[in-house]
Amino acid sequence: MTDLASNSAPRQTTERIAASLPRRYARDSRFRYYGLVAIGLALAFLVLLFVSIVSKGYSAFFQTEIRLLIEFDEDRLDPNGTRDPSVLAGADYGGLVKSSLRGLFPEAESRRDRKSLNRLMSSGAGFVLRDMVTNDPSLIGTAQEVWLPAAADIDMLIKGFIDRSKPASERRVNDKQIAWVDALQERDAIERHFNTRFFSAGDSREPELAGIWGAVVGSFYTLLVTILLAFPLGVMTAIYLEEFAPTNRWTDLIEVNINNLAAVPSIVFGLLGLAVFLNFFGLPRSAPLVGGMVLALMTLPTIIIAGRAALKAVPPSIREAALGVGASRLQVVTHHVLPLAMPGILTGAIIGTAQALGESAPLLMIGMVAFIVDVPTGPIDPATVLPVQIYLWADSPERAFVERTSAGIMVLIAFLVAMNLIAVVLRKKFERRW
Amino acid sequence: MAALEMTTPDAAGNRPPKFSTKNVNVFYGEKQALFDVELDIVENQVTSLIGPSGCGKSTYLRCLNRMNDVVEECRVDGSILLDGHNIYDRSVDVVQLRAEVGMVFQKPNPFPKSIFDNVAYGPRIHGLTSNRAELVELVESSLIRAGLYEEVKDRLDNPGTSLSGGQQQRLCIARAIAVQPEVILMDEPCSALDPIATARIEELIDELRENFTIIIVTHSMQQAARVSQRTAFFHLGKLVEVGDTEMIFTTPQDQRTQDYITGRFG
Repeated sequence: MTDLASNSAPRQTTERIAASLPRRYARDSRFRYYGLVAIGLALAFLVLLFVSIVSKGYSAFFQTEIRLLIEFDEDRLDPNGTRDPSVLAGADYGGLVKSSLRGLFPEAESRRDRKSLNRLMSSGAGFVLRDMVTNDPSLIGTAQEVWLPAAADIDMLIKGFIDRSKPASERRVNDKQIAWVDALQERDAIERHFNTRFFSAGDSREPELAGIWGAVVGSFYTLLVTILLAFPLGVMTAIYLEEFAPTNRWTDLIEVNINNLAAVPSIVFGLLGLAVFLNFFGLPRSAPLVGGMVLALMTLPTIIIAGRAALKAVPPSIREAALGVGASRLQVVTHHVLPLAMPGILTGAIIGTAQALGESAPLLMIGMVAFIVDVPTGPIDPATVLPVQIYLWADSPERAFVERTSAGIMVLIAFLVAMNLIAVVLRKKFERRW
Repeated sequence: MAALEMTTPDAAGNRPPKFSTKNVNVFYGEKQALFDVELDIVENQVTSLIGPSGCGKSTYLRCLNRMNDVVEECRVDGSILLDGHNIYDRSVDVVQLRAEVGMVFQKPNPFPKSIFDNVAYGPRIHGLTSNRAELVELVESSLIRAGLYEEVKDRLDNPGTSLSGGQQQRLCIARAIAVQPEVILMDEPCSALDPIATARIEELIDELRENFTIIIVTHSMQQAARVSQRTAFFHLGKLVEVGDTEMIFTTPQDQRTQDYITGRFG
């Protein structure tokens, strides 16, 4: 009897295990399926986002230009013949554009018609001519065929964003303008060219003249300040707290506060920057320097927390080994712990700076939302940053700013991807085989 | 002068102890880990510390090069004299001490660097060599003394972590002797190794005895019997018995030692 009992027990166990197996495997495969669905959904939304941004924004990379025959009339540009740069810079180039247009379409005689006709061209057309002449004064006295930017409304018409079938009162271009544009098209005098201005100019009230470069440079300086401040400070704080600080009530307090700081809404940092950096220290408004300092405050907790986690992950055996041969505590950190923790620290720094790159709220507080036309040349020039520029354009009523908003987002994403690539390369460089 | 006298043999030909510890009490916070340990370590001998887990032998070992300093809660009382100088004295530099008292750990822990750099690390930070040729020579002689040179001489640039467990441990020994210490502490150096690698390390310990004073913590009584000349038995934080290895394993004076070495507990 006892034999039978002891034999049947293992068999029972085997049967039970066998019975439970299908359920367990089913659970396994279901879980994998959920994961795939989740990833698929995320990818679908990502694709949707990119498709919508790119389809809206790609047209901003092209700008409608009109070919005009411009007579650089010496009497109008430099009546005294001195070729004095200040005289050349101050001449009436808009007038040249207007008379060229009038030459093309002499039928526009009434004041109103002439005004409509002049509105075909961007107000920036004159500046293009001015730059041409100041760069090359020998143009004066000659006649040149020049491609000049069309007005934003004409650009929209060419790109098909203005519905011709609507009554004239409901669209931004009138019937005569449409007729002129068609006439120009017949002569191949109106074309879409690659929009180099978008990548080289600062902001403008005229959509066709507005560019992203000012914001790119502003973002660059802001992030430079952020990284230069937050990275060394954050890493040193993390090293001190993790490797040197005694554990007592003070370090506990500091740790709790750092964790709290990571959760503070970013606009609060903006208010802090406004109160401390601008009002108390009197630093310049709208400057990337101050923006970078504010964003550094915001990024610090992220870097510190990630840095501490990375330092903690370095096995203690390495510390002991180094101490055992007589390395000082600083040597243990700089020779062994820090190099091994570097990939993790860099990951934290990248997450922090990527967050800072996309941040606009704290920068609004310190005046980086100002309308700034010039491309900044240093970290104390007034500037704006990419997300704020996107916000400003998204807020503008002109139809032509819609595509520029999306194009700005594309540039922001490209900037982010470039930053992450640098980080991946750096991380690969620091990573060591274990 | 006093120190000098102490390191020279006395009239009876007894060499003075390398380490002389008295009334050593160690506390981890509230908990006391060692009670009044009094133990002398003889120069150029292998002394093994045995005892059941948690008996304090590793704690004692880590007092000898002040590795316990890193443990924040740890407090060490009593006098630990190395060549007559108290190593817990304010004037003693812990970095200097650790250069004189090297350590090999339980788990092989080479740096994630090349074999060469592993051994060269100590000499480099202490500035022991003045040029590259000297450094190469020191690294090679350390590897030779650790019995590893023949196996790795063609691949000194490979990472130290690519070696087998036993080779890694010998690399760690080479790293320790490259600093030219006087004492080497070994904390269960073979517990993560297979029997063949263990045998190699034991042979090595026997060879190193000529030039170094070695203190080894081990869980294996056979190992203690094989490699050491003196054995100290720890139990519950107290030093129960110390004496010549042969005596401890054949005619122990204390009942607890008797029980431990015959396998009745531990």
